[in-house]
Amino acid sequence: MQLDEFFVTGEPLIYAGMVAIALVTSAVIFLLTYFKKWGWLWREWLTTVDHKKIGIMYILSALAMLFRGGADALMMRTQLAFPDMNFLDAQHYNEIFTTHGTVMIIFMAMPFLIGLMNIAVPLQIGARDFAFPYVNALSFWAFFFGAMLFNISFVIGGSPDAGWTSYTPLAGAAMSPGPGQNFYLLGLQLSGIGTLATGVNLMVTILKMRAPGMTLFKMPIFSWSSLITMFIIVFAFPILTVALALLTIDRIFGSQFFTLTGEGLPMMWANLFWMWGHPEVYIVVLPAFGIFSEVIATFARKQLFGYSVMVWSIILIAGLSFLVWVHHFFTMGAGAFVNSVFSVSTMAIAVPTGVKIFNWLATLYKSKIQITVPMMWALAFIPSFVMGGVTGVMLGMAAADYQFHNSYFLIAHFHYVLIAGTVFACFAGLIYWYPKMFGHRLNERIGKIAFWFFVIGFHVCFLPQYFLGLDGMPRRVFHIVPEWFNLNVVSTVGAFGMGIGFAVFVYNIYYSYRYSEREKTGDPWNGRTLEWATPIPVPEYNFAVVPHVDSLDAFWTMKERGESPYDESKVKPIHMPSNTGKPFIMMGILTLASFFLVFEWIWLAAAGLIGGIIMMIIRSFDYDEGYHISSEEIIETERSARGL
Amino acid sequence: MKHIRKYSKKWILLLSIPLILMLSGCSELTVMDPKGPVGEQQKDLIIYSLYFMMGIIVVVFVLFTFMVIKYRDKPGRDPKDYKPDMHGNKTIETIWTIIPVIIVTCLSIPTVNTLFDLEKPAESSAEEEPLVIYATAADWKWFFSYPEQGIETVDYLHIPKDRSVEFRLSSADSMSALWIPALGGQKYNMAGMQTTLYLQADENGVYQGRNSNFNGEGFAEQTFKVHAESKSEFNEWVKQTQHSAPKLTQSKYNNLLEPGILDDTKEFSSTHLQWVDHGSMEGSDYAVKRHWDAYGKKLHLKNGKNHNHE
Repeated sequence: MQLDEFFVTGEPLIYAGMVAIALVTSAVIFLLTYFKKWGWLWREWLTTVDHKKIGIMYILSALAMLFRGGADALMMRTQLAFPDMNFLDAQHYNEIFTTHGTVMIIFMAMPFLIGLMNIAVPLQIGARDFAFPYVNALSFWAFFFGAMLFNISFVIGGSPDAGWTSYTPLAGAAMSPGPGQNFYLLGLQLSGIGTLATGVNLMVTILKMRAPGMTLFKMPIFSWSSLITMFIIVFAFPILTVALALLTIDRIFGSQFFTLTGEGLPMMWANLFWMWGHPEVYIVVLPAFGIFSEVIATFARKQLFGYSVMVWSIILIAGLSFLVWVHHFFTMGAGAFVNSVFSVSTMAIAVPTGVKIFNWLATLYKSKIQITVPMMWALAFIPSFVMGGVTGVMLGMAAADYQFHNSYFLIAHFHYVLIAGTVFACFAGLIYWYPKMFGHRLNERIGKIAFWFFVIGFHVCFLPQYFLGLDGMPRRVFHIVPEWFNLNVVSTVGAFGMGIGFAVFVYNIYYSYRYSEREKTGDPWNGRTLEWATPIPVPEYNFAVVPHVDSLDAFWTMKERGESPYDESKVKPIHMPSNTGKPFIMMGILTLASFFLVFEWIWLAAAGLIGGIIMMIIRSFDYDEGYHISSEEIIETERSARGL
Repeated sequence: MKHIRKYSKKWILLLSIPLILMLSGCSELTVMDPKGPVGEQQKDLIIYSLYFMMGIIVVVFVLFTFMVIKYRDKPGRDPKDYKPDMHGNKTIETIWTIIPVIIVTCLSIPTVNTLFDLEKPAESSAEEEPLVIYATAADWKWFFSYPEQGIETVDYLHIPKDRSVEFRLSSADSMSALWIPALGGQKYNMAGMQTTLYLQADENGVYQGRNSNFNGEGFAEQTFKVHAESKSEFNEWVKQTQHSAPKLTQSKYNNLLEPGILDDTKEFSSTHLQWVDHGSMEGSDYAVKRHWDAYGKKLHLKNGKNHNHE
């Protein structure tokens, strides 16, 4: 292979990308060396098994991916702003919408939410860490390296260009030769391993490690939504794993599962993909519902209305999410009967979802709403999400879907649910739990500026797209015709509004780091659930004394009774797991193996795989039992953190 | 009170934007202004569902605005208005579970009825047999074969109005979808299988048709024009094509199948159906086997005039 086949050549935008990557990498290396921080980076972050630090790394990576996916989006909107635009050619446009979709779903939305779960769930249920801290680190590095592998494709080898759905036969070896599609398959495969492991890990954590007295129906709603999400992950992700593996074998080793030749079944891919893909949608939206429920209850200063109905709705939605995948391809011609069944099952999801909307509204009834920035995101979610939800029902009506399918109506719908649902929730959750992570709040005034730019930009961007869809504009075209010009230019303006909102948000992180007042208590928002019972900064062991729970909103009850969550007389030594570099190294080696496989350098890939297996064997003979933190040390930490 | 007025004004304004957009825009949008009974049926279904959706949106928005304005934490609020321990109410929760169930039922019934209707030719032309056209997608062009007339066109289509057209859809290679928004919804073209789509035009005109399912670099250019005309005009066109167009040979057809965009439309006085049926398992690798290496080549396609048939 020639060097100019290895690196992507001929695109000025991509050369700019290469320069940016080189500059940022050298800047990071320089800063780490200059400030002598390599040891710190290794000890405190790369080898950590602490769920709070892993959560922070998840969220930082997700923000970086939001930036990347957002940059892709702005490039697309620029190209579509005017009918005669030649900012991107067809090939480049195809690569960009492919990476935009994949990055946003797999490497932004899911890790962002898993990051928030990492931070909040153990604290909410009164646990000292995940059930398997080592596996948690492994999950993170699997995701992180998977994301890096996928992202590197645009400068090395070429980006995938068959859409985030990667439908066969287009994505097969015949029509998409070269490494691009392999990057998609292996990047997703690697990070999928991490997600699946998190699914098991967090499920066990929530089921087995709740504080004494916290029965399932006394569990905070965000933990509930996380638990259900983990069930979806455990049942849905194996389907993706198998589908990706089959397509990888097709492409690299010449099997014929999804090919046009040899009686392959290309349509099987669409089925397998969406049998995972539809539950995936709920993997990113159910935790969002949980976050909104927490934020709304906290800032409405009121108990969540209809808690148990909320929980049962989540369970029902999760169950239905496995029974609707055909609605992604009603137009495949499965016949009126099949389409009717899936049409009705799809619309049925509107029932539990509608119930949840009304429950949130009822939570606001006779409440005392405090308009903080997280609450603003949560409030903006309700009307915005309803607009996405009702159009979802319209899409679910199969006979009408024949006209909506593959059009901008669909694009508008899923951005309405995914942005108003997931992205608003990520912002709400991040700002809400920010003091727990970093010891200070984000500035409210700048936060509100970011909020208004983003939310108004969002509606300006996506509302016109419903009408473009009804005017017959299909998705994934790289240029528009003059009839679609007006609405497209409006949409582009909105997209840049969102971009400004995001930039202001990131600036707020820097500004607040410099100027925000440091939190003195662990409870900046006057919270209701146990995470606010811990001091700030949260000690590595979370709870010096594991709280006893006898009500929903456990911390609220404690405060009402005037109890302190910390009782010095009950402090006992705490057993903690040791840091370890093995997850980082193991996943690093497997990533290298995947990278070789992307270029179909089979022997190098095999060597890498063996390296990964050797790391697993080494891990199996690891007898490190962790260490204990003495009572004296705990008492000292707690006294200084609590200002006693 | 001044506060409330300020806010409610803003919300009314926000609420009215989509309404104005909808009312002013709907009549001009292709899907909402169909030219045949299939699209008409789908438009009716969409309008019917829109009433429910607008109803839901209005109810939620009004409730939401009310809650956010009334229950903001502000000085001088009546303490009786604050009930922090209210945790649920069986009656009201049952009511708002039943209402969505009723709405979903109301939407399901016409959906299912329409679904079954769309599987057969439109009723308005039931006395006449539908015109059969094999629509075959190939990277990135369209072949329309009229087996009864013995003609084939590439990248354009003539249909008689007031007569149902039975499209038999398949693909020579990647998965595509035939979509003529002015006439009705789409269906996939897939290699190795055949799907059926009924459409009909009731008005003379030239309509945009396209592939709506992404299938690679030339996707945006895989469009065609549909000429809907009176039966006599259609028959005239058929006759002319039968007489003046060349015969389609297999080697010519194989050349046309090579991935790429054709500059001009074409017509032939015979069809490719005599030697390959892309809609059968045997036909699914016909194009891929012949042009294996061509699929990987890039067109370096830029925005601009990529062919002469728009």
